[in-house]
Formats: sequence, structure tokens, C-alpha cells
Amino acid sequence: MSRRASDVAPAPWARWTILGVVGALFAIPIVAMVEFTLRTRDGITFDRWTALAEGLASGSRTYRMLGEGIAVSLGLSVVTAVLIVAILVPTMVLVRLRVPRLQRVLEMISILPISIPAIVLVVGLAPVYASIARVVGSSAWPLALAYAVVALPFAYRAIQAELRLVDVGTLTEAGRSLGAGFTRTLVEIVVPNIRRGILTACILTVAIVLGEYTIAALLNRIVLQTALVQIQQADAYASVIVSLVALAFAFVLLLVIAIAGGGQPRATQPKAPKTKKDPRA
Amino acid sequence: MGDRHPVGRGRGAGQLLGTALGLTPFALLTLCFLAIPTAIAVGSAFVGDDGLTLDAIAAILSPTVLGSIWASIWVSALTAALGAAVGALVCLALLGLPPTSLVRRIVDAASGTLAQFGGVMLAFAFIATIGIQGLVTVWMRDALGIDIYSGGVWLYQVPGLILPYLYFQIPLMVITFMPAVDGLRAQWAEANASLGGTRARYWLHVGGPILAPAFLGSLVLLFANAFSSFATAAALISQGGQIVTLQIRGALVSETVLGQEGLAGALALAMILIMTVLMWGYSLLQRRTERWQR
Amino acid sequence: MTAPRPQTATTIDLQQVVKRYGSHTALDSVDLTLAPGELVALLGPSGCGKTTALRCLAGLEDIQEGRILMDGVDVSATPIERRDIGIVFQAYSLFPHMTAAQNVGYGLRMRGVGRAERETRVAEGLELVGLAHLGERFAHELSGGQQQRVALARAIVTRPRLLLLDEPLSALDAKVRVSLRDEIRRIQQELGITTVFVTHDQEEALAVADRVAVMRAGRIEQIGSPEDLYRTPANPFVADFVGLSNRVAGIVDADGFAVRGERLPVLGAPALGAGVALVRPEHVRLAATGIAATVVTSAFLGSIRRTTVDLGDGTIVAVQHDASEVHEPGDAVHVAFTGAPVVVEPSVDHGEVAAA
Repeated sequence: MSRRASDVAPAPWARWTILGVVGALFAIPIVAMVEFTLRTRDGITFDRWTALAEGLASGSRTYRMLGEGIAVSLGLSVVTAVLIVAILVPTMVLVRLRVPRLQRVLEMISILPISIPAIVLVVGLAPVYASIARVVGSSAWPLALAYAVVALPFAYRAIQAELRLVDVGTLTEAGRSLGAGFTRTLVEIVVPNIRRGILTACILTVAIVLGEYTIAALLNRIVLQTALVQIQQADAYASVIVSLVALAFAFVLLLVIAIAGGGQPRATQPKAPKTKKDPRA
Repeated sequence: MGDRHPVGRGRGAGQLLGTALGLTPFALLTLCFLAIPTAIAVGSAFVGDDGLTLDAIAAILSPTVLGSIWASIWVSALTAALGAAVGALVCLALLGLPPTSLVRRIVDAASGTLAQFGGVMLAFAFIATIGIQGLVTVWMRDALGIDIYSGGVWLYQVPGLILPYLYFQIPLMVITFMPAVDGLRAQWAEANASLGGTRARYWLHVGGPILAPAFLGSLVLLFANAFSSFATAAALISQGGQIVTLQIRGALVSETVLGQEGLAGALALAMILIMTVLMWGYSLLQRRTERWQR
Repeated sequence: MTAPRPQTATTIDLQQVVKRYGSHTALDSVDLTLAPGELVALLGPSGCGKTTALRCLAGLEDIQEGRILMDGVDVSATPIERRDIGIVFQAYSLFPHMTAAQNVGYGLRMRGVGRAERETRVAEGLELVGLAHLGERFAHELSGGQQQRVALARAIVTRPRLLLLDEPLSALDAKVRVSLRDEIRRIQQELGITTVFVTHDQEEALAVADRVAVMRAGRIEQIGSPEDLYRTPANPFVADFVGLSNRVAGIVDADGFAVRGERLPVLGAPALGAGVALVRPEHVRLAATGIAATVVTSAFLGSIRRTTVDLGDGTIVAVQHDASEVHEPGDAVHVAFTGAPVVVEPSVDHGEVAAA
């Protein structure tokens, strides 16, 4: 018997064919990268992987910049994530509670960076960072501010998706009735209710910062991506190996968090509570 | 952030001040790192050595620059269309699997990773795959006798961007379109069937129209994503300004060259204009579905 | 209001229907016959198989054994889109991108009904559910009750042979629930459409149905008119699920059920020995003499009052009485049984006697 019309999900064979073909095509470049790092004229070897590990550990000249780039990028990703959550969450909650008419404006501003290419920002960021450099020197840390803007649309959407499901007004009223101030209500009551959104925002921010090249390159700052380009000439294998590790790191991070986080609630019909009448009622 | 104003007390002036204080960090951040840089970028297009000038705007009209803008547009449009089609297909293939299933989670995590996979790392991946000594290049040459570069090495030219771009466009489509597919309710399919509709009718009259706005929105996002992409192209195409973002790089790093000072700004303005036209067109289309969408 | 459309109503027959999911049996040899134009409610707790039964009738699920007949013709293998049924789901079933009128007209479009006739019938359908003025609204511009009315109009406008209602009221407010419930019944009777109404709410089932089938664990425990079910429940489960019951411990002997010096007639043939009787609140009264009890709570319910009393040993009994008689918690009273027949279940534990 053919499948019924109400069963609109793809047939298993179609599902697995599509996923299999697309998955295989996407695996090819990864496999090619792995093969590139392993193959020599004499066959397969892990020498380049061990050499890179030793090079990073010993801090030799070639790898010093790479090590620095990795460290700076990891640090920047944490700083940017903290910055963006610390600024965005109170702003979103405040706007929702106190000035709802600004909600459209906030959304527009937050989504705007998507339509302003990073390289356009760079054109204008160069003078801004030139003045920053005069004050704090040309360290990479102020990049976190620009990165916060680049990651803003993604963080906003992640948090907004969760915030929509929470009745912030009632929660705040409840917090207030228990004597908590705004800051306390925010941290102890609102934040725990939107922690999935915050977590997603952080992950996206980390991924964006680790992958960012445009701004750092044109402002001449050493981060992971610019370091990779720099050592590419000296040691192409090291660049590819680090790329693979970064990819694997991001993938495992996302997967672990997805599985630990318990997945999104599914869009199903709400089941009415199955209560029975109490004769004492 | 650190503002301490109890929600209940001090309504009126005190609360207004607190709210204003609370919104200040966000306002400052977006002012200094979004509004001002954008204004500087656009403004620099009109500033030359002798004050205000339209020289930079005129420089855009040179065939090379127009060519790079056109190249950016068609590469972005092509990869957005292909990426949206394949990505949507993947989303539909996942239809019916609960979001908690392992396959869903692997696809979600992989899409999240690869959508941000760009720049030099992506360039490495494709050099290792379809570079002159790449895995696929060599295999096709040795096993199938096909030389993918018989017409010249295109990987380091604009057409060479298509495959790498698809490598992040498809995952981005999966991420942005999947929530819409998840939002299709089982009752709609069941109602369609109970009212005498077939599966084809369902996709034609119900599923398709309901997904259309989300598909269009994702398509616009994918175009913008490719259009503003710089790092991948920079890593693959080391010289020249074949696409508009590379043109801006050229203008920025060679500011000593006469007549180039404002070009970066003028190109930035051009990019913003193109994005604005796109967004405007999109909002026109979206207005048609606005009434039934929440 | 539209005049009743004469319609040849359909007979539905489920014969020995079995539905399994893996090792779980959702429907265990279910037999059920619906007379033409009859409304049967499937009532039971969550997971009892009532929704599965409806989905099998609709053709949304395949059955493993047995047959489903419509007017004597086996439709077990007929796909849903050719069964000619109308379904109203619990909620959110309206197509969000279509107006109410387009939703109602969808089934007619699928059947190739021409535009002019479609418009007339859509207008009729909307009028029947009292929404003639809201045809151009989208689903999210309608209240929950209005959405369900549109869903109802959409389901009946094709004049299906069978109408299936899957907990259509459970997502609504109490007040809307009652008014829409009565309206569903009115429309169903007006059209004379054979209907299955799935619900977990016994009050709802008793109010709308010609007959109610109480289900448990994939089986129909009892089927009968609301009055039958209430007055002569076939077993303690039905007595417990339909209406309110007090649970009172006692002893079954040859003459009936002995409890606290009184003797009550029993329904069926319960096992002799210790048992628990299910006694309706209206079958207990406050009396001048009888079993000594202490008032626990007393609630005013309009025309009546319901007072719960403690029989002294922790047994809580609800008593229904005239609203004019008022008792405060702590008052000492006496209660007596009216002598109506009761259902008795074997006692598991003498000590454990609680109100259900």
C-alpha cells in the first residue's frame, strides 16, 4: 500500500539518499585536508602532527605567532561572548518591560550588521581603532568591541527566540513581589529562564570570533585566522592541521551542547491537563 | 548592567533615568562600532584632498570596478540560489525526524560549524580537494582521465569561489530554514488529507506557501552572506580585485596610489546601496504575507 | 440559520479492530457500531486508545486486525483522502496562510467544486457556525473558539459521511467550551451526520453524546447512553470515571453491601468479602440520625451544596444536598445512604479508603 497523504515526511529511502549524498560531498574536503596532512612520498605518516605539537610546545619562532593567534582568538571569543551577553540581555529585557515601543528599533539595530559587510565596517573602523590605539596601544583586545557588533544579529536572534517564550513581565512582577530589585530579578529569575538562548548566543559568538579574518587582517592584528595565513608560507601543513583541529573543536562543542541541552521543545499541540474532578471541590 | 533600580519604586523620573542608563551600553556600542564606522566609510567616499569631491564615486564607474561588482552579484546570487535549494532539500529530508534524534543533532552541529567555516581554512580545504595536486583533481585525472583544469586553473579565479561558497551557504540554509520546516504542523497535513488532498496538493497549496516566506528570507540572507564574504576570496585570490570586497582591500592597502583614497568608501557605499535595494525588494515581497504571519 | 440539509447518514462498524505499536497494544479487539446520524463519545483517560481509535477511523493509522466498515463497505484499506470524512483537531489545524473562508473552501476545492458553488457553500458553512462576518480573517486573527468553529465548518462543508472530533474543546476556556459544545451538538443533529467525539472530559461526553463508550487500555469497558453509564456502571472503573464517586469500605455478602450498619443493593455480582463501594454524592444525605461524621469542607455550587465529611476513621465522603442547608467545617453531623444500588470493587487494603 502506498503511503497515506497525511504522511508528508519523505520516504526513508529519499531521506537517506539526500542526507547520504550531501553528507558525502561535504566530507570530501575534510577528507582531502586530512589526507594532505598525512600523505608523503613514502606513505602515510603522523609526523607533521607531532611536529606541530612539538613546535607549539617548544615555542619555536615559526610557531610562536600561531600559538599567540590561537591564544588571542580563544581569549577574544570569551571576552566577546561575555560582553555581548552582558550588554544585550539587560537591554532586551529592559526594552521589553519599560519601553516596548523601542522593540522594533532595537530589533532593527541588532539585525543591521548582517546587511553591513564586515569589510565596509573596516573602512570606517580603521580611524576608530587608530584613536583607540593611541590610548591603549595596538593590542588585539579592543577587537572584542567590533566583534560584538558583528555577532550582534546572531546573538540577538538566539536570545529573542527564547525570550519570546518567557513572560518577562510576570516573572519580573513575581521577582518584585518577593522583594528583588531589577538587577537581581534579571540575574536570578530571567536569565535562568532564557539560558538556552544565552548559551546559543555564546556558541555562535565563539564560532564567529574564531573564524573572523576580515577585520583583524585589515587592522593588522594577530588572531588565529591571520596567523594561519602568515605561517601558511612557512608551514602549510601546520595551517591545515590547525584548521582541522578548530573545525573538530567547534563541531564537538556544538554536538555536546546540543545533546546536553536536550534539544528544542518540539512544536506540538499542547495537551490539555488530564485532571479528574475532585468530589470535594 | 550595573544599574540598581528596583522595578516597583521610583516610577517616573527615577525610573526613566534608570532605563536610560540601562540602555546606554548598547547605545554606545552600536554608536561607536556600527553607526560611526559606517558613517565614516560612506562619508570618506565624498572626501578628497581638496575637500568634497565626487571623484571616488566616478571611479566606481570604471569597467574594472563595475566588473568586480557584477562578479560579486552573480557569484552571490548563484551560490545563494544553489545553497538555498540544496539546503532546503536537506531540511525537507530531515522532516519527520524529531529534533532530539541523533541524526538531527549531528546535522545541526555540523551545519553550525560549517556555516561559520570560511576564510583561509576553507581555502585550504578546497586547495587540498580541487587544487592542482588536490585529492579529487588527482583522482579524476588518474582514475577517470578527466582534467578539471584543461581550460586553465579556475580555482583561483572568481568561478573558483562557487564551490567553497556553497560549502558554507548550504549549512547556513539548513540553520536558517530548519525552524520553518519544524514549524509545519502535523495537523495541517492531516487536515489536508482528510479534506481529500493528496501529498502533491499539500505541498502545492499548504506546505509550499507556508514555507515560502521563510525560504525567501533565507535566500536573501544567503545572498548577503556571500556578497559580504571577503576572507575566502582573499585566501584564494591573492592579487587583484575580482570581486567588490577584494576591490575594497586593494583600495585600503594602496592608499598611496593617487585617486584611491575615497575609492574604498565609495565601494562601501555601493555595497550598502545594493544591500538596501535587496532589503527593500524583500520587504515589498514580505508585505504580501505579513497579514497571516505573526 | 440554514435549514437542515437532508442527508443519508452513514453506518459505521468497527469489528475486532486491533492496533499495535511495537509490543504496545493500543486497540485491543475493539467492536463499535454507530447508527446513522448518531454521536458517540469515546471517553477515557490519557493513553486509553480513544484517539488511536479515531485516527484509525480517519485512516491516519493502519489497523493490524479487524475491519472498519462504512455503510457495510470495508474501508480499512481506503486511504484517508478517499474516505470522505471530516476531522476537527484539538487546535492549530487551520491553514495559517488562508483566510477563514479559504480554509472552509479547501475541501471543496480538492473535490473540484466550481467557484460559484464553493462560495455559496462556504458562506453557508460559516453562517452555520455563526461566523459569517469573519470569513476574511486569518487564523491568528481569530480567538481559539472562533478557530475551532472555522475548523468545524471546514470539516462539515464537504458533507462528509463521518465527522471525527478529536478533543475539539480541550484547548478552550471553560465558558467557550460549554457554549461550543452545545453548538456542535446542535449542528450535528441539524445535519444528521454520524459523529465520533473523542474526549477525556466526562461531563463533556455526557452532555453531547447519544451514547458514550468508556475506554481503558485499548478496550471499550462499557458503551451506553449517558444515563445508563451513570446509573448502572458496568464496573468500578466506569463508575469512577463517569461522575463523582465516594469510596466506602464494607463487606459484600449474599444480601448486598454491608456498610456501617446499613445495607446497599449492588450492581452486577461482585466477589463476596471485603470491598469498596463507589457511592455517588447524591446517594448520600445529611440526616438526623445515622453515621456520625464531622464536616470537613462545604462548597456552594448554585442550586446545591456539596459538603465533605469525615466518617470518623479518615473516610472522606462527599454529600450533595440542598443549598439552603449550611454547615461549617468542624460541625458534627449524621449521614445516611439513600439506598441506590452501588458498584463494588474488591478491597485491596482495608485501611486505605480515600475519596477518588
